[in-house]
Amino acid sequence: MSKLTSMAEAIARYVPDGASVAIGLALEALIPHAAAHEIIRQRRQRLTLIGPISDILFDQLIGAGCVEKIQAAWVGNVSEGLAHCYRRATEKGIPHPLVTESHSNFSIGLALFAAGMGSPYIPTLSLLGSDIPRHNPHLRVEASPFDGSPVLLVPAIQPDVAIIHVQRSDEEGNAHLWGNLGIAQEAWLAARDVILIAEEIVDHALITSDPNRVPGPFFKVRAVVHEPGGAHPAPVQGYYNRDHAFYHEYHTATRTLEGYQTWLEEWVLGVPDRAAYLEKLGEQRWQALEVKKHRYAAPVDYGY
Amino acid sequence: MEYTAKELMVVCAARQIRDHERVFVGMRLPLIAFALAKRTHAPDCVGLFESGTLRDSPADELLYTMGDAPNITDSLWATSTLHVMGLMATGEIDLGFIGGAEIDRYGNLNTTLIGDWEHPTVRLPGSGGGADIASLANRLAIIMPHERHRLRERVDFVTSPGYGYPDEQGPAGVSWRMRQGLPRRGSWLQRQGLPRQGPCALITTLAVFTFEFTTGEALLQSYHPGSSIEEVQAQTGWPLRLAPDCAETVPPSAEELAVIRACDPQGVWTR
Repeated sequence: MSKLTSMAEAIARYVPDGASVAIGLALEALIPHAAAHEIIRQRRQRLTLIGPISDILFDQLIGAGCVEKIQAAWVGNVSEGLAHCYRRATEKGIPHPLVTESHSNFSIGLALFAAGMGSPYIPTLSLLGSDIPRHNPHLRVEASPFDGSPVLLVPAIQPDVAIIHVQRSDEEGNAHLWGNLGIAQEAWLAARDVILIAEEIVDHALITSDPNRVPGPFFKVRAVVHEPGGAHPAPVQGYYNRDHAFYHEYHTATRTLEGYQTWLEEWVLGVPDRAAYLEKLGEQRWQALEVKKHRYAAPVDYGY
Repeated sequence: MEYTAKELMVVCAARQIRDHERVFVGMRLPLIAFALAKRTHAPDCVGLFESGTLRDSPADELLYTMGDAPNITDSLWATSTLHVMGLMATGEIDLGFIGGAEIDRYGNLNTTLIGDWEHPTVRLPGSGGGADIASLANRLAIIMPHERHRLRERVDFVTSPGYGYPDEQGPAGVSWRMRQGLPRRGSWLQRQGLPRQGPCALITTLAVFTFEFTTGEALLQSYHPGSSIEEVQAQTGWPLRLAPDCAETVPPSAEELAVIRACDPQGVWTR
């Protein structure tokens, strides 16, 4: 059964107001910015965002007023520094107050891993002695029942939906993902629903030719969105590189509230979809990001 | 020879890397320090990245982030965050690098917020993987700008634990027994249940600190050429203690500078 869906329909159907959304899971790469922009255009509210570092995606959603709670390790702009909208929300309640449940990259990954394993929590020695567990009501330091030594218990987090950017998928949601994976696979296995954003839609047989490159099962996938360029300005291995200048421009433009609103109007609200966004970005800028030095893997033999 | 403070910090960071070590490489300056160590005194070290990457060679291009495509090309292993974090949790990683906004005399690092939790004056991005690296790497090196408001007697929020604080149960730091793998008791790291041994170096724009592990206190190990003990004291929010062999930082060699400038010709991170 084909699950091919437009971005607008996928967001409308699977990301309702109040949903918990795991997004931006492969750290700096494969960030589904096109999906976030559609969430903003549909004026979604009271979302919980779950992720490791998110780069500037969480900041944009926070500034647009879509977010009530953050469960993340880091909210900023990786190559530039602080996140201006996150600061305004946390320090001044603009556009409204925000709850942050702090994690580390390991603990947020373990929380999703626990959910994907059907375990209520996972114990770890990371973050003992940190103030992070003191300010996150869901993290608990307990004595191990085995030897009494301190352990941090990280409870499972099951997102309502995980939005995962992949290089290629078939119409049913059998997908290939490569490069560094971050916690994308854990999120796929943890979430109730998965939305895939794919650079390319390919034949089923191409996916089954290399099943070790598939991060999770098609049957959790509710929608497959064909969205070339959908991660820009984040990189997609084998498709395009990171647009470093775009992060700098965002950082500079969003220093003030007015600047953020102007940026949002220009790049999100005033743009109907990702195709129009890429047209606005311009062919010359896009070409500069294209892969110049290809590096193809050797084929492997799955025969018998 | 002319060089920038950041170039000297890269050199100091690279000197923390020993040959054959497994290094958890952080953002920005450590990316270049890893390349420098590989190309000079530590040709057989390997780098791990929390995005889920293992490399035995630096990427061919300057990295703005560890997730940039050139950092995947020709890597030894492209995998998940939990796999590389898990390696660190099992004690397989020799050295980790992190940065921060604030640090105190016990090496506790804050990247979460300035002010208090309910009413922060500045909300910082948070831990990322920093608190994990501080908790789980065998040695920890910290890199940050040296300003009096950043090097404080006590930080507002301990994101990444260093040697903790003295309290009614005992001193900060880590005991001799734990250093030698004997059963845990005594000082702060053991009381928390942390499995490793705390920071080994704090590298700043003015100086390098090491730590006295039995008290957890920072010791001024060296001050950079052009700076002085007096200037370091003026920019540090606690009374300095000097290492017995405190001296001027050894400046970069011509070879080290050449490697750094080949990695970062535009000076994106090092100027």
